[in-house]
Amino acid sequence: MAIDIDSWYNEVIEGDVVVHYKGAISADLITRVLEHIENELAIRNEKSKLRKKVYNVMVEALQNLFHHTGLQPENSKTGEIEKNFAIFVLKKLPDGNFNVISGNFVEEPRVKFLKDRMDQINYLTLDELKILYQLILNNQEYSDKGGGGLGLVDIAKRTGHEYEYSFHNQTNGYYFFCLKILITN
Amino acid sequence: METLTILGTPKTPTVEMNVDSGIIEIKGRSIPENSIDFYRPIVEWIDQYADSAAPETKVNIQLEYFNTSSSKCILDVFKKLEQVFKKNGDKGVVINWFYEEDDEDMLEAGEDYQSILKIPFKMIELEE
Repeated sequence: MAIDIDSWYNEVIEGDVVVHYKGAISADLITRVLEHIENELAIRNEKSKLRKKVYNVMVEALQNLFHHTGLQPENSKTGEIEKNFAIFVLKKLPDGNFNVISGNFVEEPRVKFLKDRMDQINYLTLDELKILYQLILNNQEYSDKGGGGLGLVDIAKRTGHEYEYSFHNQTNGYYFFCLKILITN
Repeated sequence: METLTILGTPKTPTVEMNVDSGIIEIKGRSIPENSIDFYRPIVEWIDQYADSAAPETKVNIQLEYFNTSSSKCILDVFKKLEQVFKKNGDKGVVINWFYEEDDEDMLEAGEDYQSILKIPFKMIELEE
């Protein structure tokens, strides 16, 4: 089922938002966003441990988006194709925890890979995730982006929480991938 | 062979690798989008250094943050240092892994490397 991306975005930016963005993602944008998050968490007097956790998760989540956002299929309203389109939101929840929410287009062949990866990660215990991390770290393989597939494992290992995700069949073989990450104290 | 100095940026660490003293320092943040390009000259430098290494090589790693893209490159740096260690024997190389006192993740990251490699590691806690 396709979703209306604008309505979804309006929904996820409700609440105590630290940062939200919808548009093209670049290395410079990531630098500025990370600086903003660091300052904002300091102003909010969050504990150092939580600040570091949020910062680390944001680095991996944003760089995953940077490396893996495909082309946005033609925008139904403007008819334009926007490169490196992504949505991301960091917000504080009423209970003091944080949510990172992201959305981006992925091509159909990648959907199964991502689902399998996240299901596997969700199924593993924290100790098993630590072992998996070490195995991938030492497997001598690099992806063409340099990451080597560690990002999703790293986030789960740091947060200790399962991924919430959904894929929405939008158009012409493109899916919209919504991901929610919970970061607790 | 010359000392290698790389100035830090918001996304990359300060690097100082001194061929005479055998002191290698990597400090700051390592969160670039493409770590392979950043770490290439460092790995190449150690490759050369291995042939004429100081009797003792002291490696100080003091990172505040590093991303997963860097983590594999840092392992490559350590694997090159492992070769220096194999040549120089017991006191040849020591890696000082610094971490802030509440940063268990950073300590654990150091222990991950320690378990993969055969070089002496010292975990050093920094007080805030």
